[in-house]
Order: sequence, then C-alpha cells, then structure tokens
Amino acid sequence: MENLGALAILLAFCLSLFAVAASLAGKYGRRPFLAVSGERAVYSVWVLLTVAAGLLVYSLITGDFRIAYVQAHSDRAMSPLYKFTAWWGGQEGSLLLWSWILASYSAVAVWTSRRKFRNMMPIVIAILMTTQAFFTGLITFVLSPFHVLMAGNGIISVPDGRGLDPLLQWWTMAIHPPMLYLGYVGSIVPFAFAMASLVTRQPGEGWIHTTRRWAIVTWLFQTTGITLGMGWAYTVLSWGGYWGWDPVENASLMPWITATAFLHSVMMQEKKGMMKIWNMVLVSATFLLSILGTTLTRTGLVASVHAFAQSPIKPYFTTFLLTALVLVIVAISTNLKFLKSESKLESVVSRESSFLFNNLILLASCFAILWGTLFPVIMEALTNEKETIDTPYYLRVEVPIALFLLFLTGVGPLIAWRKSSLDSLRRAFLVPTLVGIAVAAGLGFGGIHHIAALTAFGLAAFVTTTILREFWKGSRSIQTKESMPLPKAAFELTWRNTRRYGGYLVHLGIVAMFVGFTGSAFNLHVVQNLGLGQTTRFGHYDIKLSSVNDGSNDNYEFSHAALEIRRHGRQIALLEPEIRLYKASQSQNTIVGLRRALNEDLYVVYSGVLPDGSKATFQFYQLPLVSWIWIGFWIVLFGTLICLVPSKVRYQYARTEVVGIASKPATVQS
Amino acid sequence: MKTYAKFGILTVLIVGSLVWLAMGGISETQTYYKTIPELQKMGTQAEGQRLRVGGNVEAGSILKNGSRVTFVLEQGAQHLKVAYNGNDPLPDTFKAGAQALADGHLGPDGVFEANKIQAKCASKYEAKPPQNLTHEASTPSKITEVKVPALASRSGS
Repeated sequence: MENLGALAILLAFCLSLFAVAASLAGKYGRRPFLAVSGERAVYSVWVLLTVAAGLLVYSLITGDFRIAYVQAHSDRAMSPLYKFTAWWGGQEGSLLLWSWILASYSAVAVWTSRRKFRNMMPIVIAILMTTQAFFTGLITFVLSPFHVLMAGNGIISVPDGRGLDPLLQWWTMAIHPPMLYLGYVGSIVPFAFAMASLVTRQPGEGWIHTTRRWAIVTWLFQTTGITLGMGWAYTVLSWGGYWGWDPVENASLMPWITATAFLHSVMMQEKKGMMKIWNMVLVSATFLLSILGTTLTRTGLVASVHAFAQSPIKPYFTTFLLTALVLVIVAISTNLKFLKSESKLESVVSRESSFLFNNLILLASCFAILWGTLFPVIMEALTNEKETIDTPYYLRVEVPIALFLLFLTGVGPLIAWRKSSLDSLRRAFLVPTLVGIAVAAGLGFGGIHHIAALTAFGLAAFVTTTILREFWKGSRSIQTKESMPLPKAAFELTWRNTRRYGGYLVHLGIVAMFVGFTGSAFNLHVVQNLGLGQTTRFGHYDIKLSSVNDGSNDNYEFSHAALEIRRHGRQIALLEPEIRLYKASQSQNTIVGLRRALNEDLYVVYSGVLPDGSKATFQFYQLPLVSWIWIGFWIVLFGTLICLVPSKVRYQYARTEVVGIASKPATVQS
Repeated sequence: MKTYAKFGILTVLIVGSLVWLAMGGISETQTYYKTIPELQKMGTQAEGQRLRVGGNVEAGSILKNGSRVTFVLEQGAQHLKVAYNGNDPLPDTFKAGAQALADGHLGPDGVFEANKIQAKCASKYEAKPPQNLTHEASTPSKITEVKVPALASRSGS
C-alpha cells in the first residue's frame, strides 16, 4: 500500500518533469506531438496524485498506524470525518493536498484552454509543471507521507495513533486549510497564463479574459479560507479576538491583498489598455506571496503561535522562491516594451486615478504587512539580533489604509473615466456625503468620540448610500421602462450586468466587515472572580454564577460553569463556559460561553478557580458588532457568485469610452 | 505632464505618511528576542527593556492565583522565573512542557514580568517523527488549577 502511494508520487514527479521538457521541446523544436504529449502528462499527473491521495486517505480511515503520518495525526477514537481531514492535519499530507490541488487546477486549465491558446499552452504547462515538480519532489525525497514507522526502528506493532489536536477538531478548522490552499494554489493559473502571454508576446488581452474567472474563484476561496480562520480563532481560541497579526495569518492575508488589487487593475487593462506592467507585477506578486505563505506556514521561517516546527524543507522553499522571483523580474524587465500603456492619465479626479490609488494603497498595505512579518528575519540578517514587532505597529499603518480604501470603495465605481466635472461629482456624491457626515455627526453627539471609528462609520454610510442609490436608480429606470415591479427590476438590473452589480454587492459586504472590525474600538474586557450565587455588573449585563460542576467522560475531564445573563432585569441567556482536559493528548481546551447578537457579542471564558476554592475566575468580554464581520462575509460570497454568472446581455466596451455616471450605458449587443 | 506631477506629489504624500506611521509603530513595539542564557548575560542592562523570552515551561512550576500566574521557563540548565499579570486568558496550549514565549521586561528582583504569553504545544502539528511510541504520560499536568471539590459539591445557587 505505502509502496504504491510513494511510487505514484514518484511517477507524478517524473511525469511533471517530462511535461516541462516535452512542452518546451514541442514548442521550440516545432514538434506538435511532443506538446500534445506534455498535455497528456498533465492529466496523468492528476491521476497519479489522486491515487496517492486516495491511498493516504484509505490508510487514515482504516487506521494503518504502521505509517508514520497516520500514527502522528489520527487515532482510533476519531470520527471518520476527522480521519479524512487528517489528510491535511500535518506537514506531509498538507503538501500532498497542495500538489493534488495544483494537479487538478492544471488539468482543468489545460483541458479548457488547449485549443484556444495552442501557441502559449506549452509555456503555461511548463510553468505549472515546474511548480508541480518542486512539490512532488519534496514529498518524494524529503517528506514522504508514506514513510513507514517500522522500517529500521525496531518497532513491532503500533496499537494506536496520537490523534488530532482537539483545537483542530472543529468543522471550521477541518475545511479552513483546503479553502486557503484552493486560493493559494489557484493563483498559479493566472500567473502561468500571464507569464506565457508575456514570453510568447500574445497580442491583445486574451490571458486576462481567460483567467479573470480563475482569479475571481481563487479570490473567493482565499476570502472564505481567511474568514473561516477568523471564525475559528474567535470561537475556539478563547481570547476574545479573531485576528492577531501572527506571521501565519499575515501570510494568508498578503496574497489576498495583491489578488484584490489585481482584480481591480485588470479592469484598467481590459478597458483602457493601461497598467499592463502593474498587472504583471500583481499577478506575479500574488503567486510569489502564495508560495511565501506556504513557506511561512510550513517551514517555521518566522516563529509563530501556529507552531509548525523548524523543518528540513526550509532551504528548498527559499531556493524555489528566490529563483522564481529572479525569473519573474527577468521576464518582466526584458519585455517592458511589449507592456506599453495604450492611454494616458488625464486627470487626478477620474476613475483611472481612483484605480491607481486603490492599487497603490493596497500594495502599500501588503508591503507593510510583509515588512512586519519578515522583520525578525531581516533584523537578524542585518544586526544579528532577533527582534519582533507587534500589533500596534500593524494597527497604526493599517487603520488609515483601511479608511482610505473605504473612501475609494465609495468613490471609485461612480467617478467618470478620464476626467470628472464638478457637476457630475456633485450629482454623484452630494447625497452620500451628506448621509456620511450626518451619521458621523449623529454618532458623535450620541457619545462616541473615537475619531477613527467615527470616520469609519461615516465612510461606511457614505459607501452604502452610493451603492444603494446605484441599485435604486437603475431599478427605477427599468421599472418605468419595462413596467415591472421594483424587486423584479432590481433582479433584471443585476442580471444585465452581473459583473458590475455583483461587484457592488461585494463592496457592500466588505463595508459590513469593516463595520465589524471597527466595533473592536469599543471592546470591553474585565477579569472577575465570582462566588456561587454572586452577581456582577458587566457592561450592559448582570451576570450571576449559578453553578460549577466538575466531571469526566470517556474522552475528557471537565469543569463546567453556568452563568445567568440578565439585561434590564430580564434573563436573556444562560452561558456555559467549560474547561476540558483531554485524556489521550493531555491537552486542555477552553470552551467559550458566547451570546451572539447583531449589536454586540457577550463572550465569557472560564479560567479556573482560586486556590482556596472560594471563587471562580472569569474573563468577560463585550465585543460590539462582531457579527457584522460574518454577515459581511456572506454578502461578499453572494456578490462574488453573482459576478461569476454570465450577464444576460453582453456589454461591449469600446476602448476609450466614457462609462461615467453622466453617460449612457455602453452599446448593447444581444 | 502636469497631471503626472500631481500624481507624483499625491503618491509621495501617501507613501510618506505611511512610512512615518510605520516608523512610529516599529519604534513603539520593537521587542528584542532573547534566549534565557542571553538574558542572564545581559544582567542589569536588561532591566526595563521590552523583551521576548522563549523556553519550555518547567513541569509542576505553574502556580495560578486569580489572574496572576507564575511559572518557570527552562532552556537546558538555565531557568527563568516568569510572572504573568496580563488581561488576556492564557492560551490552551500553555501547559507544563509546552514551548512558551513571554513578552515583557525583567524586574529588579530577577523575575520576568510578562504581559503577553504565547505557547505552542511541543508534541502536535509538527513534522517531527514521534520520539517514543509508549507515551510516558507526558507530565501529569492535570487541571489542578481548576479542580475545586469545595465548589463542585455545592453546585446550584
């Protein structure tokens, strides 16, 4: 079994190398049959890796503890679902998942584009399969998931495995890694197409049209993966937060930021033929940051709470990353002429300029995070002293960036291309600006004096108004023209240009998430000792400790507290935080007592009892607006899915057309 | 060209102010990472500096008193007494034998006053092959801090 698995991976490694060689020889040696055999090798790699992954999952489910990986990451007591997810519970399995996803993406990309881009497919395949060879090489020669414990270790039989950390036994954690990987790995496809079109000097913007959907889908996976991670941290890690600016968290955020920037700036290239170099840089940056992200999570390059030990694969990753970086720089810099812009910037107050600033600010934000994340590594190299920087650094830089981004989210979509007149600005932005100011002023008089938060709420109101007005105006005009009810008109409007209105919905979701983040400015937190039957006042709540129970079951020992939560004298919730000590792994797990509400969450952590046994200690958190982060995510998800639905009518944008607020919609072709 | 000049100025302004903010953030939170021997070599020089120290939590050294927790970090033969008085609850991964990082400063009495603790469970998630299969019940880190027969026996209000 394990030999078969290892053999499949080894063959996949050889075949990816073959695919690279055959594609390049096929293209440059003008031997079409070699190029075709390169394509077939891509499919074969997928089959082989599917077999390998299937064998690993089979071993996990049947509990073949002779295999080191199975022994280290599962045990008999685990449910089959978690046995399955143990596939990516450890280093070797994660890398196998990485390879398998890459193989799947490659097979789909080759299958769907093999006729359309015959000319550049060999290069695409070469790029995809070089990466594949790197990863399959790692799991063949360095970290094999099919390593057998018995071999040479003098072990006769292995009765049971060590199990999966209880912290990871949550549904969010079970699907968080594959979601992130789908996002990370997916960024390779647009990158491969972009580089191929650059190297083969494809005329036109073909690669953008082909990869736009890829880019959106992978962006959605990244967004989902990051949000799942936040949700998990919030409900499981019991520290009352969802984001800690940890290197591994940052690693997932950075490619997301560059992917976001890319999704925006490709519009400039599609419609105006501008920012071509920039797009190449962004698509490459997303790819490189995805690899860097994998490096950070998988090799312990930077010490992190996520606790992946120092491992032997660090030098391989670093080499791969640096080589890729150099190749990308060479490819772009030798083809600069090809990437010349077709139009010029005409005004600072224009759609072009809003895109430009959006990109600048996103990239600055990404760079700030990168700097913070790699700071220990950089400083150690420069001064030979280890140093770190912490959350306040990120907040200082990222809060103003977030506010500016929020502002651009409102302005960007409505400002005219080329140049905006004062009149059109007034028509588009007078009402939203007034609404924004009114909201900020209202909250200010209502007793909120946190400047950044007030700005954020004001801007959120501003952006929301611009978006709702767009929907309202469009729907109204369809309603009167086609005499249909308003909801149907709104549906019709969205369907006619899914990309635009789906995009607005995504913006709306992001605004909701930012409102949720802003809530953290008003977090309340106390540590309190409570005796049985004692009541305390915390924030808006009266909290009474009604019971504490200790006990034990097959799986863990526990201490369980019950708290009655009252507001204005009425009981609104019974929270039951708990501490568990798992018997098998001897690891402790704190179960949070959580009451979610739209306005604020009440979050209670039970942290034990005083040595004299008189009182129990609790951490109380009052966390305003957190729910809006999750609501915002669902809106983003919905909006992105709408973007992926083909529009009912196909808009054809003339290259330099003005699609501002004052102009008519572009020509319609049925 | 005037438009491009305007762009240039705006860009410089934005990037400049961000760099300024970042510099402030760095100098405000910059923390030196020291090992326990390095810390002890620094002597009195270390007092008052923002530092991060790492090591393993010594078995049986964790003492909880309300929200104040004291424990001993060890690295080889070197030991360091740490007192944690922070607001946030300790992470679940913090237990005897775990690797822990403490952020804070060295007090004049030689006790490291930490305001933030990060911990990782040494045995999990990592790529290290299992050292010993017969799990010698890794340090009896029962939830001693949690067990309260006195309270448990009279549950109810």
